[in-house]
Amino acid sequence: MRSEAVPEHDAAAPQASPTDEVGAFLNRRREQIAQRWADEPLFRAVFTVSRDEAVEAGRSVVDALAQVAASGRVEDSDSAGFTVVREQLARMTAARSRSGMSTAQVSGEVDALRAPVVNLLVADLPDVPAERLRESTEALTVLMGTLRLVVMETALTEVQSLIDRQQMQLLEVATPIIRLWDGIVAVPLIGTLDSARSQVVMETLLEAVVDQQARYAILDITGVPTVDSLVAQHLMKTVAAVRLMGAECVVSGIRPAIAQTIVHLGLDLGTVITRAGLADALAYALHGLGADIVHATPGGAGHR
Amino acid sequence: MNDDLSRAGGAPVPVLRLGDVLLVTLQGDLHDGTAEQLRQDIVAAIAGSRVTGVVIDISGVEIVDSFLGRVLAEIAANARLLAAQTVVAGMRPAVALTLVELGLTLPGLRTALSTGAALELLGRVDAAATDGPRREPR
Repeated sequence: MRSEAVPEHDAAAPQASPTDEVGAFLNRRREQIAQRWADEPLFRAVFTVSRDEAVEAGRSVVDALAQVAASGRVEDSDSAGFTVVREQLARMTAARSRSGMSTAQVSGEVDALRAPVVNLLVADLPDVPAERLRESTEALTVLMGTLRLVVMETALTEVQSLIDRQQMQLLEVATPIIRLWDGIVAVPLIGTLDSARSQVVMETLLEAVVDQQARYAILDITGVPTVDSLVAQHLMKTVAAVRLMGAECVVSGIRPAIAQTIVHLGLDLGTVITRAGLADALAYALHGLGADIVHATPGGAGHR
Repeated sequence: MNDDLSRAGGAPVPVLRLGDVLLVTLQGDLHDGTAEQLRQDIVAAIAGSRVTGVVIDISGVEIVDSFLGRVLAEIAANARLLAAQTVVAGMRPAVALTLVELGLTLPGLRTALSTGAALELLGRVDAAATDGPRREPR
């Protein structure tokens, strides 16, 4: 931290750095700051039920700021003091984000907390030299800027963990293995296939083949909008792996557009058994197992 | 693993004869020398008796390298020359993925989910091909 160079005049306080002064000021005026913050949009919007709660939250934030100022590391967002309030701040930003505010708007609201504190500081130090006042205000402004940064960091961490969680859920949801019949499993693929998903599909399908002793595995790609060479390669790998395990893989539901793409890309799916729809694939597999579908209506009996 | 032991020959893999089918069960890591020995044993066994099928159960194998993959393909090719069908049974998902990633799709190899399915497959192929004249009780 910058050392105090201004010579001490007749102020009551002994030689103190601006950050110490800010820390002392925050401790002194804690109640007032908390009261003023409780009227700011950020606190008002989060603690709608009781103002006391907002004041209480404000107090804890002021305490944290005072602790950071006392440690002298006002521009360090990793300061120990902030860890205490991170949860509080996360709750507040989460509440604001839920009400549809952008990150920039939340950031602006946090910035709005600065003005009341700076005004209080200026009012609190009426008889100090201008130079010293300027340094104290600057230290406080930096501190508030760091608070803003911490809030944003907390918000971003929250968002990131949400994305991670959803990605996991998506992977789980996206690859259900359905047992269609004794010895027949199917994977209906929906949505865009990327390498990671194809890998998951491949692994879960192979596991299912072992678990259920399935002789037929159906890959239904009706819900896949586009196929590129990479996805096609993954499909062929899956088919080859399933065959190595002793089962047969049928790909069904190739859309006309996808069929054109595959031909256009010059991919050879010659070794892959394909059927138009899931029903046709199932009929093929059932036929392979020796269980044909016959119509129940009299006189209508026949092979599908 | 004890490399010295396997270089010196290791424990040979037993080749069992069940009627007109040879049954080979692979367990754990298989060293190059043992795999090569197995290939020769199987070819000799087919030549020395009138077996029509070879079932290689690899459900106990966790890792297959390119060499073992090639040996399996060679066994199948050799057996076909001696008029026997080879079926690899019970390959694990991880092994299948590894082989596919290595580019070894083993196109000439027949596969089955389990030893039972492999025997069934051989029986059916046999019955279809020869209409069962070799099925007389011995």
